Amino acid sequence: MITAGVDIGAGTTKAVLMDDAGRILVKVSERSGARLDAAGSRALAAVLEKAGLRREDIAYVAATGYGRYQLPERDIQITEVTCHARGASYLFPGTRCLLDIGAQSTRAIRVDDAGRVMRFRMNDRCAAGAGRFLERVARALEVPLDDLGPMSLHSADPQAISSICAVLAESEVISLVTSGKATEDILMGAHLSIADRALALLRQVGVDGEVTVTGGVVLNRGMLTALERRLGRTVNASPDTVYAGAIGAALLGFVRLRKLGEAR
Amino acid sequence: MIVAGVDVGSTTSKAVVLDDRRQIAGTSLLPTGANVVRAAERAFREALAASKRDESEAAYVIGTGYGRYKVAFGDDQVTEIGCHARGAQFLFPDTRTIVDIGGQDTKAIRISDRGEVLDFSMNDKCAAGTGRFLDACANVIGMTLDEIGPASMNAQKPIRITNVCTVFVESEIIAHLARGEKVEDILRGVHLAIGSRTAGLVRRVGTNPAVTFTGGVSRNVGMVQALEERLGVSVHVSPLSQWMGALGAALIALERVEGGAVHRIAAGGAA
Repeated sequence: MITAGVDIGAGTTKAVLMDDAGRILVKVSERSGARLDAAGSRALAAVLEKAGLRREDIAYVAATGYGRYQLPERDIQITEVTCHARGASYLFPGTRCLLDIGAQSTRAIRVDDAGRVMRFRMNDRCAAGAGRFLERVARALEVPLDDLGPMSLHSADPQAISSICAVLAESEVISLVTSGKATEDILMGAHLSIADRALALLRQVGVDGEVTVTGGVVLNRGMLTALERRLGRTVNASPDTVYAGAIGAALLGFVRLRKLGEAR
Repeated sequence: MIVAGVDVGSTTSKAVVLDDRRQIAGTSLLPTGANVVRAAERAFREALAASKRDESEAAYVIGTGYGRYKVAFGDDQVTEIGCHARGAQFLFPDTRTIVDIGGQDTKAIRISDRGEVLDFSMNDKCAAGTGRFLDACANVIGMTLDEIGPASMNAQKPIRITNVCTVFVESEIIAHLARGEKVEDILRGVHLAIGSRTAGLVRRVGTNPAVTFTGGVSRNVGMVQALEERLGVSVHVSPLSQWMGALGAALIALERVEGGAVHRIAAGGAA
């Protein structure tokens, strides 16, 4: 039996297929674009094609993320907090805290040993501390997004960014450039600024046990370094933690199926 | 004898040259750009050139605005709050409340009948509700800042804009456009959203008529209308609204000269 998890985020949409042995069969990640309904269906079609399967072969489709209500093929929608918690615990069973830093929101979640949510805090009102903040800084510095992290690692003298607002930070970055500061130092400053915002949320739920980072920023080594530096300890992250929401949704799909079976 | 006020804002720099009869002799307006010191200098020179007066006649120069300490040639600095209050009270003597929406911040100021600042509240922590917010919206829609205000007034069914964050509002507008909503309806929603946000700020100091709207955003007719709607009172707007800070600075400079305690430090350093 196979389930699908589709995580329709503000920036990217992720989809995975899992079998009942808990193995990830295929995974896909693509830009969401303006039409979130189309993004979810597109990602689902992409994983099916990759696996050589059809919609009928999938026992359950669970949607999560910002656009979870906009996937016509879904059997259920589950909040991203629940899905990320489950997905992070699947990938790193020792997880007790997780930070999900997405394009438009940041969440700090405390989980129990089964990956169930105990407490969470989030900021989805403003771009401060989320991926979009980095995108704006990258734009101001004319640095490709993928180079942000690697470049920031060369910083010797990180420049503090005092603006919390992503838009005002852009102007601040421009004035730092004008005053002759090195690009890598400004970049590390921006990463540290996001780390500070994210960790303030994490402290509100309490830092305990292993900390796992999920969301698009885990692909950015500079961001992970900034988080580890500010936290004073290592964090769990892997390229797969980008898919934590989708993985959690697929896993919860099995839980749901089992419950349906018992009810019958 | 002349005096000048130089208002170095986050986005534009303005200068006003005033003669001893309180008549405006010359003004200037230019983008501040990255070099704030040079922008201040240029604003002063251009206003002087417009006034056809010589720099040697300048008795006193006051710098104001975000970059006021970069007005290196100035005799003193006064906060933009004090200068906007002075300028608004000069143009509209019945002013009791000033709403100043600039490129990167928004202020609500309560003044006495003599133009003294009694209270103020401001947002300079985030771009929500400022000129930058409008700028971002115009960009996403593919219009200029000058076009969006008039366009918003053709709206028939304003779209409710729910995001406060300038970055997120861009995505929200893109989603509305993708859904086929009309540009003017979206724009009207944007202006009303800023109107509501500003009205919230004004309420903290009290909406005492008359209200004078200053700052670069006051040039936008759609914003004037939206602000009036959300405040529930009409507002004064002058073609000089964008120069209100510089005008106030020049008026304060003139009063200081009239007070006698003045010594102009020449730009070149030689007194």
